[in-house]
Amino acid sequence: MDILQTLSKLATESGFAGFFANGGWKNLIMIAVACLLLYLGIGKKFEPLLLVGIAFGVLLTNIPGAGLYHMGMWDAYVYECAYDPVNDYALYNTAEERAYNEMEMNYYIVARASGHTTEQIEDYFEKQAGADATNDFMALYATCDQNAANELAGKLKGELSFTDIIHLGGLLDILYIGVKAGVYPCLIFIGVGAMTDFGPLIARPSSMLMGAAAQLGVFFAFFGACLLGFAGNVAAAIGIIGGADGPTAIYLTTKLAPAFLGPIAIAAYSYMALIPMIQKPLMRALTTEKERKVKMEQARPVSKVEKVVFPILVATFVILLIPSTAPLIGCLMFGNLLKETGVTERLSDTAQNALMNIVTLFLGISVGATTVAARFLSLQTLMIVVLGVIAFMFSTIGGLLMGKLMYKLSGGKINPLIGSAGVSAVPMAARVSQDVGREANPNNFLLMHAMGPNVAGVIGSAIAAGFLLAVFG
Amino acid sequence: MNTLALTAANLGIGGSGIAAVLGYAVVFFGLVLLMCVVILMGKAMAGTNKKAEVKAPGSAPAPAAPAAPAAPPAPGSAGEVKLFDVPDKEAAMIMAIVADKMGKPLNELRFKSIKEVK
Repeated sequence: MDILQTLSKLATESGFAGFFANGGWKNLIMIAVACLLLYLGIGKKFEPLLLVGIAFGVLLTNIPGAGLYHMGMWDAYVYECAYDPVNDYALYNTAEERAYNEMEMNYYIVARASGHTTEQIEDYFEKQAGADATNDFMALYATCDQNAANELAGKLKGELSFTDIIHLGGLLDILYIGVKAGVYPCLIFIGVGAMTDFGPLIARPSSMLMGAAAQLGVFFAFFGACLLGFAGNVAAAIGIIGGADGPTAIYLTTKLAPAFLGPIAIAAYSYMALIPMIQKPLMRALTTEKERKVKMEQARPVSKVEKVVFPILVATFVILLIPSTAPLIGCLMFGNLLKETGVTERLSDTAQNALMNIVTLFLGISVGATTVAARFLSLQTLMIVVLGVIAFMFSTIGGLLMGKLMYKLSGGKINPLIGSAGVSAVPMAARVSQDVGREANPNNFLLMHAMGPNVAGVIGSAIAAGFLLAVFG
Repeated sequence: MNTLALTAANLGIGGSGIAAVLGYAVVFFGLVLLMCVVILMGKAMAGTNKKAEVKAPGSAPAPAAPAAPAAPPAPGSAGEVKLFDVPDKEAAMIMAIVADKMGKPLNELRFKSIKEVK
């Protein structure tokens, strides 16, 4: 055994050597970013439940040689492989079956290169394939555009499915499948639903208007991102930061612009932690002392039947209106139904605690893993950070302006400060309304009143996401 | 909606402006409709409750001798409670504990004052 050669091999294969490789210094910067995020999460308690996980994911993914997450593999991932030889091969056992499968793939390639649709090809395999498939292939091959066929064959070999990633990927690649498939954000929404009391919203349905108005930042930031040259789908993902709803932001970004998931998720959660700093100056600037002092009347009591019917009604109605909201609204309302029925306490408890904690753990670390240095350190990330704060500010402004309008229309009975709580971010935004209200009038208790717009904001941001998904998805 | 354009293509100022305004309008439309539905649900529930009350067959106890004129209702617990040497946070905690022990929602109880007994 050559000791020197072994030591040299160990040194060149170590992660430290990776820092000196081409672009390795970027990993060092990202490790510093991870430490900063860890400090914000642990030291400053900025949304620690998610930010600590995200920060640790940033750290792990940027250690050279760790191989926990492979950006290139996800670039090659396609939602549904046009033709999936790896998966299909696994289903065939005998050499004959495999040979037929190979021929099936070849037929697929020449058929596509001849302009056949996927449906036509599937129909062919269902009804006509068999002994004649080889002849059919030869006939198509003779007439198809052979350059197109070669190009398609090369592309198909580069495509990866979830199965391939499970076989080939690292630990964080495997955990990330839950994000990519849109599973984690929806499971989190079940937990959010199980923890949310929609009573204040049912008691005062006009709160919905403030929840809607507070989505202004989503569309303002979307417009701004388009002006800055982002493609429509990326601009939509950036805009949703203004919804101040982490799971919705992650869900939409995964569907529309997965390459930007890292910066968008970090911006969304960081700004949610900074809500008091962002909102309070705007609330003071846009409202008068007289408006801030308004004491609101206690809302009517809400019966248990109403609370049980509400999630069923909202899920049915909103999904019928915008079907693409089904995963988010469906899960949110399912979680809420578990809470309100009174007969599924164990399930509600699991959704609120065990499930929520487990999914939060996986979600945080796998989202952090997407912040690979080569992609994260760019001017676009900086733009996303700036657009994110603009989105939050305009959402707050939208909610406050609607609050002021309702103050006028109600003859001064509604405190406009509760409008700013329309930016989702439950219950932080409602607490900010309470704090600012009490600054003006120490006997003012706005918290429960602000919870109405606050939970309306959750529904509003899901509808906004559904719209963007329908348009750009 | 897909005629707007779209997917990964860059939108012009006009296209992105239209998409933004349309999106905001759709959110409003959805939530306003939902508001109407929730209001209708509330009215339907209130109607059902009233019918149930009317149908209840004379189960209400016969009115007793005219009661003494009721005292003016105590101010609501939220915001009007008088505190004597008790910080706000402790008062809120006490009210929450009392509500919990009595098994009643906090908004159905009235607290007139909270005073520290030394």
